[in-house]
Amino acid sequence: MDILVFLENQQGTLHRISREAVVAAQEFAREPGLSVAAFWLGTLPPGVAEELNALGVAEWIQVSSPVLNDYSADGYTAAFCELIRQEQPRYIFMGHSYRVRDFVPRVSTRLNRPFISDVIHFAWKEQGPVFTKQIFNAKMVTDMQAQGDGPVLVSFQAAAFSEEKLAAGSPAAREMTLDLPADIVRSRAEEPFQEETGGVDLTAADLIVSIGRGIGKKENIPLAQALADKMGAELGSSRPLVDAGWMPPQRQVGSSGQSVAPKLYFALGISGAIQHVIGMKGSKNVVAINKDPEAPIFEIADYGVVGDILELIPLLTEALPG
Amino acid sequence: MKIGVLIKQVPGSEASLRILPDHSWIDESTLEFEMNESDSYALEEALQIVEREGDGEVVAISMGPEPRTTKVLREALAKGAHRAIHIVESPPYEIDPLLVGHIIKNAIAEEHFDLLFSGLQSNDLSQGQTGLVVGELLGMNTATLVMATEMQDDHIRVKRELEGRWFQWVTIPLPAVLTIQSGINQPRYPSLKGIMGAKKKEIRIVPKETVLPEVEKTQSFGSIYIPQKEKKTVMIEGDATTVVQKLVDVFKHEIKIL
Ligand SMILES: Cc1cc2nc3c(=O)[nH]c(=O)nc-3n(C[C@H](O)[C@H](O)[C@H](O)COP(=O)(O)OP(=O)(O)OC[C@H]3O[C@@H](n4cnc5c(N)ncnc54)[C@H](O)[C@@H]3O)c2cc1C
Repeated sequence: MDILVFLENQQGTLHRISREAVVAAQEFAREPGLSVAAFWLGTLPPGVAEELNALGVAEWIQVSSPVLNDYSADGYTAAFCELIRQEQPRYIFMGHSYRVRDFVPRVSTRLNRPFISDVIHFAWKEQGPVFTKQIFNAKMVTDMQAQGDGPVLVSFQAAAFSEEKLAAGSPAAREMTLDLPADIVRSRAEEPFQEETGGVDLTAADLIVSIGRGIGKKENIPLAQALADKMGAELGSSRPLVDAGWMPPQRQVGSSGQSVAPKLYFALGISGAIQHVIGMKGSKNVVAINKDPEAPIFEIADYGVVGDILELIPLLTEALPG
Repeated sequence: MKIGVLIKQVPGSEASLRILPDHSWIDESTLEFEMNESDSYALEEALQIVEREGDGEVVAISMGPEPRTTKVLREALAKGAHRAIHIVESPPYEIDPLLVGHIIKNAIAEEHFDLLFSGLQSNDLSQGQTGLVVGELLGMNTATLVMATEMQDDHIRVKRELEGRWFQWVTIPLPAVLTIQSGINQPRYPSLKGIMGAKKKEIRIVPKETVLPEVEKTQSFGSIYIPQKEKKTVMIEGDATTVVQKLVDVFKHEIKIL
């Protein structure tokens, strides 16, 4: 098989980012006519097999080993290396999930083959495929290319490919048992847990005024709060303000915070990093103020203002009726 | 407890970046560089562990050119790192995380760190791999996206951030590599005494040429460029009063929230 797609188990379901990786593989395979298969590590939770049986790939492989029943970086690293050794794919595609971040660099090291990470786009060129990647906080991009012979590991940024384009099919199913010694897993994991949200539910908010590092200092936050109060909006924020202890964690929007879809998301001094955008791109309307005309937030904003939020917030608060 | 911290120098988040005429890289000549954000959290965590344990050593490690690398290493020393290792590299920079990992491994293998920390990714290329590559090459255990640490004899228990606001405690034996997520602690500012003391601390110089690995490059890039804008954002222009009035109009008539 030319391309193997890693199908990730996210708390008992097929991770959305894996469906997106299958879409990437389907599109990547089309022009050169490559074959695509997919694989799942460990036991299959109820309902997942039906979904895998309808994927538009040639076959899907269920890879079994006692060490794969729970996730560990050690177990997954060993399984990936063994699977790649046996199947000899040219590409291994996956979503750039937290789990992929956690172990794929180790696979890459063990195989001495490249891991081209967090890709947003690909193109077939004369010299082979190039994989486009954002650099300098998405202000720029570059085209990565693999060197040398052997498998290439590629992860795709969340939402870079739309799962709505997923082509259906009726793949063959295959089981594969890996003989991995139990003592390769040196970590001991406890049960996952969530922290208290303190009663704040940004997901229910119709209007969100959201502030980023552009707010400058903690003492300026009341300015934004006053604007939010006047608009009847909830106050949200990007991660750095939570990291600094200026805003409570339950008000953070993004991949490690809340996912929101309000009628208006008013982004003030937020650059628009992908991890933030993931949490608010479902908003009906996005209005952004940023002093940097190149800020990536303008890529998703419906309305944009290039300006200083510290000047504009008080003026706007005053100008609003009510 | 001997802890190494991998630190990268990156352009400041407010820096306005320009691409070189040949598109090979950004123009660095006028840029201010600073300690990569998550690396400064990694350094702080290392300092706090050594303080909690009551003994140990923190070694700051950075690969890059002068003078910016010395600047961030001096900052780390001023904050409390005991000594530093500077792998001196001049442009063009190595960008293949595997090669970078091999170079760093060669430069630090003899240190036999109990723990090796890095930030979870750098704000320039954001490949998020270097720490894990070095750890794997040195046969160390690994954990990523760490949001809390607890020493337990010859193990470390870490709180890992998972997706969707989930967390999980994981215990791994030493020696171990951790990649640290921002927000794990509140990084300190260097004290005046720290800044003065830093001048006397050792920075071991390792020319990159002396630690080059025997492996081949596995990935590379050609040129860098500004992405094409896809979305048509309606830009609201004018002086502050005009902009504010137009925003109110948009809220009222377009988005209809007033
Ligand atoms: C695994 C992982 C998970 C993450 N999870 C999240 C998450 O859940 N949520 C999240 O937000 N981030 C998350 N991040 C961090 C993310 O990558 C960005 O670092 C973060 O979103 C940046 O926040 P910011 O836009 O506020 O700050 P910056 O990127 O520093 O941007 C500040 C912006 O403010 C502008 N500005 C400055 N001053 C002014 C002014 N006076 N007026 C107007 N504009 C001004 C600047 O031009 C700049 O665009 C995560 C990162 C990783 C690696």
